[in-house]
Amino acid sequence: MPNTTIFSAKKIITMNPSCPEASHVAVRDGRILGAGSLEELATWGDYTLDTRFEDKVLMPGFVEGHAHAMEGSLWAKVYCGWFDRADPNGKLWMGVKSVDAVVERLQEAEAVLEDAITPLSGWQLDPIYMDNTTVTRADLDRVSTTRAVGVLHASGHIMNVNTKALELAGMLKQGLNHPGIPLGVDGFPTGELKGPEVMTPVGPFVGYERNMLDADETGLRNFAKLCVRTGTTTITDLASRMDDDAVDVMLRVTNEPNYPVRLMPFRFFMGLSAKELIVAVLAFKKRSTDRLRLGQIKIVVDGSIQGFSARLRWPGYHNGAPNGLWYIAPEHLSELLHLALEAGLQVHTHTNGDQATQLVLEKLGPALQAHPNPDHRFTLQHCQLADAAQFRTAAKLGMCVNLFANHHFYWGDEHYALTVGPDRATRMNACRTALDSGVPMAIHSDAPVTPLGPLFTAWAAVNRITASGRVQGEEERIQVHEALWAITMGAAYTLHLDGEIGSIETGKKADFAVLEADPTACDPMLLKDIGVWGTVQGGRIFPAASL
Amino acid sequence: MRQDIPVIVIGGYLGAGKTTLLNHLLRHADGRKIAILVNEFGDLPIDADLIEAKDDEMIAISGGCICCSFGSDMTAALIKLAQLDPAPDYVVIEASGVAMPGAVAASISFLDGFNLGGVVVLADSERIRAQAADEYLGDTMLRQISDADLIVQTKIDLISSDVVQDVRDWLGSANPKAQVVATAQGRLPPEVILGVEMVAGQPQASAHADAGYESHVFSEIPPCDPMKLAKSLATGGVGIIRGKGFVADHAAQNWLIQIVGERSDVRPAKAGEHIAVVCIGRKGALETGAIGAIFAGGSW
Repeated sequence: MPNTTIFSAKKIITMNPSCPEASHVAVRDGRILGAGSLEELATWGDYTLDTRFEDKVLMPGFVEGHAHAMEGSLWAKVYCGWFDRADPNGKLWMGVKSVDAVVERLQEAEAVLEDAITPLSGWQLDPIYMDNTTVTRADLDRVSTTRAVGVLHASGHIMNVNTKALELAGMLKQGLNHPGIPLGVDGFPTGELKGPEVMTPVGPFVGYERNMLDADETGLRNFAKLCVRTGTTTITDLASRMDDDAVDVMLRVTNEPNYPVRLMPFRFFMGLSAKELIVAVLAFKKRSTDRLRLGQIKIVVDGSIQGFSARLRWPGYHNGAPNGLWYIAPEHLSELLHLALEAGLQVHTHTNGDQATQLVLEKLGPALQAHPNPDHRFTLQHCQLADAAQFRTAAKLGMCVNLFANHHFYWGDEHYALTVGPDRATRMNACRTALDSGVPMAIHSDAPVTPLGPLFTAWAAVNRITASGRVQGEEERIQVHEALWAITMGAAYTLHLDGEIGSIETGKKADFAVLEADPTACDPMLLKDIGVWGTVQGGRIFPAASL
Repeated sequence: MRQDIPVIVIGGYLGAGKTTLLNHLLRHADGRKIAILVNEFGDLPIDADLIEAKDDEMIAISGGCICCSFGSDMTAALIKLAQLDPAPDYVVIEASGVAMPGAVAASISFLDGFNLGGVVVLADSERIRAQAADEYLGDTMLRQISDADLIVQTKIDLISSDVVQDVRDWLGSANPKAQVVATAQGRLPPEVILGVEMVAGQPQASAHADAGYESHVFSEIPPCDPMKLAKSLATGGVGIIRGKGFVADHAAQNWLIQIVGERSDVRPAKAGEHIAVVCIGRKGALETGAIGAIFAGGSW
């Protein structure tokens, strides 16, 4: 007779419409036997009653449909962000609010280093909130003149380094002429490096290796700890370069008995031709395990809105900046969509600007006619500027959207004032319109761009508050139950996992978010503050307190 | 210290003829060791009969040339190339169809051991004007063209000569700074793409008497202001597609000057170089008289 455990809880929010609430859930072999009353569940025969969640609220384990495992690796570096943020070990790092504070924090980290040459790296600097003050190499020279120091911005596209770092990279010279390398009055670089191509030569000297996109073993474990602390039991890595070594590392780490999360990495489209990419991803797919789901592709179509590299339709950027950049040629995009449909591989496309979204919609239509697949669930990721017509088309084509609800909080004010202007800022990440258009929807953090935290993401979509405290786009707010659906079933659907996870019902994985309070009963403004005790994943119990 | 390796950036949209041009270049390398950097091997850019060996990252090509794929990290690939022994004589980067070749070129400027040898942008004679009017691609095409030092108008065998001229005029107005050359099947002399060749430290007049191009050696060059001289040659409307050679300033210091389109590059050279400059232009368009006058000191 297999072992059955019945958990009692203060309340179980199942996200299963035919039985939305329960007091008990029965688990056998890592899967859900049923949810209901104790009497109902007892009909399955012998069981052990586990009451540890008696004063907790259980939800289906949260599903984060757009994050990067790199978040786990970044915590090996010094946190220099504006907002308070919890690390994998649960320590809350207070946001740093000035250049002096950034320098001080780096000095503290420097003081405990034993030798004089180990590089020191920081991350998540965001001068937007400091009146766009430039951090100079002189500032960072106050941290050290003997070791290279580099701080990556929250955008991931800019880095500030000290004099030693420039010197080691051979860039401490006059006469450089590059828009990504601002020069000081002395003709030498200021230490600000804008754009991946100018960061690359310095990166290795300041602790940022080129393959940062792929998390190392410690990074993968840290990533998983953040998942437990936020109630997340399934998460994507969107995207990974996924060479064979990286896949081996992911297989090894996710296979560890106490690895608490199901990881779904998407293969980044660059570096291989369309045909080679399909062959490579089909081969990965065969190596999938329960906790490592391989076999998906991510395509990046354009850049970012705050970096003015997203592709916008008329009337373009509010401040008159020229249109952004394509990261894939339309023909290449079309070829990949055709081949992926033919091979039965799922594609998620990064499109920030509405012109990029339009291109994907226009290219997918003919590809679907050539290779019909009524259940492809290709997903528009970010899709921040889509209008109602685009959401309707996406729905007709069988696409899903995963909207960047957190972005609205962190950069909404910036978009209103500068990048796209009031009208379009108000309808950015239009969750209400998406749902009303019938397009399956998830919402995301894009960690490490913003912190992982599905309840925060739900809060952002429900309230649409910006960092300055304004409600921006009240018509696009959604209800709490819709947001909770988006962070469970909604995200699971975009990953083709809605038959396995996303709700608490018979046959699904025993994946739970264990909460200290009921998100459906609290003030919606407090959603983000609900405590997370930990998770249950595949029937295994992971208290955040003992990570 | 060895010489900086010239880097030529080749831009242009898919189908503009970059692959054809590169293969023609490799077939006529004539002992030059050319390293081609491509985004990905994909639909293999190199003709099969030229390939001697291939692994995941590098293709060895007959005549000592190579082709490398750089995926998404061009800077890293260049740093690796600089460490090769022997180093390549030229690096040619094939920018992706939607990349801004000017941005690619800018990222050469801060890399030790390399020197930008020009931005060459290819335009498909049949399609470029429609592409420039395309809702999605138009601004990208125009930005690519405006980044060019040299515009190669390709596939002229597929359209009438009237249209060739129309497209040429249009390209010229889209980027007045660039020289425009026309070709079918990528048949351009290597000097036009790569720049004037150095043999035993001396710039060489083109050995290719290709129909359509001529090269001329100017050796009557009195001491000058090298910066001003180079600028006059590049912007004087005298038909120079490529120019290279040594001049001396009034203090008897030697300088290496290089010209592509309106871009000129001037750097110190060692004593004892033979004072002479080679200029390449389209046959009939290279104004040797006017160039001679510039060298003689008439207009600067």
